[in-house]
Amino acid sequence: MNRFWSVLFLLVPVLGIASILMAMYGVAPLESAWLPKSLSQAGDTIDQLFNGIHLLAAFILAGTVFTIGWALWRFSDRGDSDAKALYITHNTKLEITWTVIPALILVFLAFFQMKSWAENKMERPTVTVNGVSSFKPPMVMVKAKRFGWEFYYAGDDGVVETEDDIFVENLLVLPAGEEIVLQMESRDVIHSFYVPELRLKQDIVPGMTQFVWFNAREEKEVEIMCTELCGWGHYMMKADLNFVSRAQFDAWIAEQKSAYSPEFKKAVEPTASLRGSSSLYSAERLIAAQADLGFEK
Amino acid sequence: MAETSVENSITPDHKGNVVSRFVWTYVFATDHKVIGLQFLFSSLIWFFVGGFLALAVRWQLAWPWSDMPIFGHMLFAESGGQMSPGFYNMLFTMHATIMIFFVIIPILAGAFGNYLIPLMVGAEDMAFPRLNMLSYWFMWPAFACIILSFFMPEYGASAGWTSYPPLSVFQGDAQSLWLLAMVFVGVSSMMGSINYLTTIIQMRAPGMTMFRMPMTVWGMFITAIMQAFALPVLTAALLMQLSDRLLMTGFFLPENIAVNNGVATSGGGQVLLWQHLFWFYSHPAVYIMILPAMGMVSDIISCFSRKPLFGYRPMVYSITAIAGLGFIVWGHHMFISGMNHTLAMSFMVSTMLIALPSGIKVFNWIGTLWGGKLQLTTPMLFCVGFVAMFVIGGLSGIVMSAPPVDIVIHDTYYIVAHLHYVLFASSVLGVLGAIYFWFPKMFGRMMNERLGKIHFFLTFVFLNGTFFPMHFLSRMPRRVADPYIYEGLKDLLPLNQFMTICAIGMGLTQLIFVANFFGSMFFGAKAGRNPWNANTLEWTTVSPPPHGNFDVQPVVRRGPYEYSHPETDSDFFPQTKTS
Repeated sequence: MNRFWSVLFLLVPVLGIASILMAMYGVAPLESAWLPKSLSQAGDTIDQLFNGIHLLAAFILAGTVFTIGWALWRFSDRGDSDAKALYITHNTKLEITWTVIPALILVFLAFFQMKSWAENKMERPTVTVNGVSSFKPPMVMVKAKRFGWEFYYAGDDGVVETEDDIFVENLLVLPAGEEIVLQMESRDVIHSFYVPELRLKQDIVPGMTQFVWFNAREEKEVEIMCTELCGWGHYMMKADLNFVSRAQFDAWIAEQKSAYSPEFKKAVEPTASLRGSSSLYSAERLIAAQADLGFEK
Repeated sequence: MAETSVENSITPDHKGNVVSRFVWTYVFATDHKVIGLQFLFSSLIWFFVGGFLALAVRWQLAWPWSDMPIFGHMLFAESGGQMSPGFYNMLFTMHATIMIFFVIIPILAGAFGNYLIPLMVGAEDMAFPRLNMLSYWFMWPAFACIILSFFMPEYGASAGWTSYPPLSVFQGDAQSLWLLAMVFVGVSSMMGSINYLTTIIQMRAPGMTMFRMPMTVWGMFITAIMQAFALPVLTAALLMQLSDRLLMTGFFLPENIAVNNGVATSGGGQVLLWQHLFWFYSHPAVYIMILPAMGMVSDIISCFSRKPLFGYRPMVYSITAIAGLGFIVWGHHMFISGMNHTLAMSFMVSTMLIALPSGIKVFNWIGTLWGGKLQLTTPMLFCVGFVAMFVIGGLSGIVMSAPPVDIVIHDTYYIVAHLHYVLFASSVLGVLGAIYFWFPKMFGRMMNERLGKIHFFLTFVFLNGTFFPMHFLSRMPRRVADPYIYEGLKDLLPLNQFMTICAIGMGLTQLIFVANFFGSMFFGAKAGRNPWNANTLEWTTVSPPPHGNFDVQPVVRRGPYEYSHPETDSDFFPQTKTS
């Protein structure tokens, strides 16, 4: 029976590592699990970290749990000897070894990943005009609300939150192969903008403005998920994200411009500007306006 | 001390009719052992409530919007047994709340802390018996609030156990009751922690120096320090949210947000403030939920290895280090929250540092097993299971501590996998091991070994079947009632169904435990004073110990782990034994 238990524990690293490798290298039945194919350079870096740390973890898992299983196999009391257990209370050298080696590995890991984090969250793209460097203006203003996504494309002036913004709901069309900056704000509660293919996630906190940036390398249709609980309809807060070629994008924007009639805009926009005023943004008005204009709920 | 110990001065003698005897023994109980058992029983009952909620969550994820067996038609007759998305949000919120605040914390600190601390340090009772009684009494208003909240608008709190405002501020009245319940639980824990600290510092038996205390007591001691320092912050935050809800203050609300079609807020608040305050408690709470289990596991592993705990002092120092670092890592819950991105780097470093003391503990447990004469009893199996599962939970913790990786897995099922490996597969296995280990002391009878081993085997297999595959759902957001509305997640349905079947199996397995627990209480083989041949003080008194604990004042002569000492013939050397 003792052997049975040690085999049970030995199976943990065997099955665990087998499944990690299956998921990493796409072997059935876990071929579709874990992460979808990365769409961006930044995503590839995150994948390398993700896989690298998992391989390291798998190695440590194998070492420790295999030792546990082996200890059960070897040192179980089978009642065939009167010898007592070894009387060992401590070993300072061992303690130092298994503190210092993991510490070195962790220090390496900590420094190694800082660059990727900075690229993803801290080094907001800049543009240099006439020798003056400034942040690249966002192409789209994302307004998250219960339970949908509003996208305001910068109009001809290239600036979001102005009169000529182009409004689209629950559909974000962007050109592939270009660095894109999004500005994000919430109308009500916390939401989170998650695109698994871009390895991109950012909470959108009311009262704060967030910026995200990415560069998708190919034309693809993916989905935007909300990953912060925002109420009963949280599960259906999704939007489509289509990466298209620059030409297709320009055509699509032109189409939106013509469809974006002044009547619709008047019906949807709050009576006063949202910022710095006490007037309400009315979700009812938005819904009514959509219904008038034949939008689906 | 020995003369006065048997009768506690504030409890009247147990005469009179049945009702008054019951009331004086159980309601006005000041005996730490009775209070410990009260915590144990109420936690176990809540454990089953929380488990049911989890199974309902799993049902929805495997067969979304289908008729749940038995309960579907009882609760949702008008929709043909189909649960509403709001109900799903309530399920995971209440599952987490109950499991964390009503099960794991009370069973570790409340039940085992109360029962074991005075026995293990050789005291007749807690330092403040009536404060102890009050700390259990404060659980009942919390129970009442939570039960009531199921009948208030939205039928149970449904803003997640983290209750992030602004959502939580705009939820129905159930949220107010949830907040009140958490305040009561917190005050209960605070009273308990003050009691534990005082007892451990002041009431140790002669000869029981700090470095002769068993790891269980060390675990409880450090946990009590964490509770005493972190809980006031949570309590303040809870009251601030309550006043945001009821008194229209705006601690957590920025200006101009609109929820429920037109609630304006005057602003001046900060949404992230709640997250900082909440995680300042709730990250230490993660260690509050595992350090006592680590202590108990250390004692049990040493006892059944018949070998001294390897590296006792490093074990004590590493618990202390985990607790200290535990206070400066809360920001790793907020990498994606919009918190200052440079700050994330410092939280990453402190988080990674926690892997060091955790690793020291694992290596020392393995060192204890190595060269021992292992007795694979049920409690031992659960404790070895704890160590193996804690390795998995700890390693996934390292993966998540890397902020770039956390961008992907934050708020997905990867996190759910990690936290269940730490809280269920580690803490709960440790608790079950501790129940099997100390049951003979608590009730004077042994639990059935065969049933115990079947219970361990099935729990171990099913828990890995339920939680391990969650690591592969790192693109499936958590807290989503129907993930399959996303095209990219549709292929995850079979894996989810497999996990649900394992979860149902795990739930059914616990019935074996219930049968064993109550069966053994009445029909188990009689246990003597020391059925496991263990060294610590609680095994020197009768089982169950009387009011006042010890017939003779114990005098401690050595540390708790002198197993297989070369100077004795037997393989154990009780702390009180004269050589």
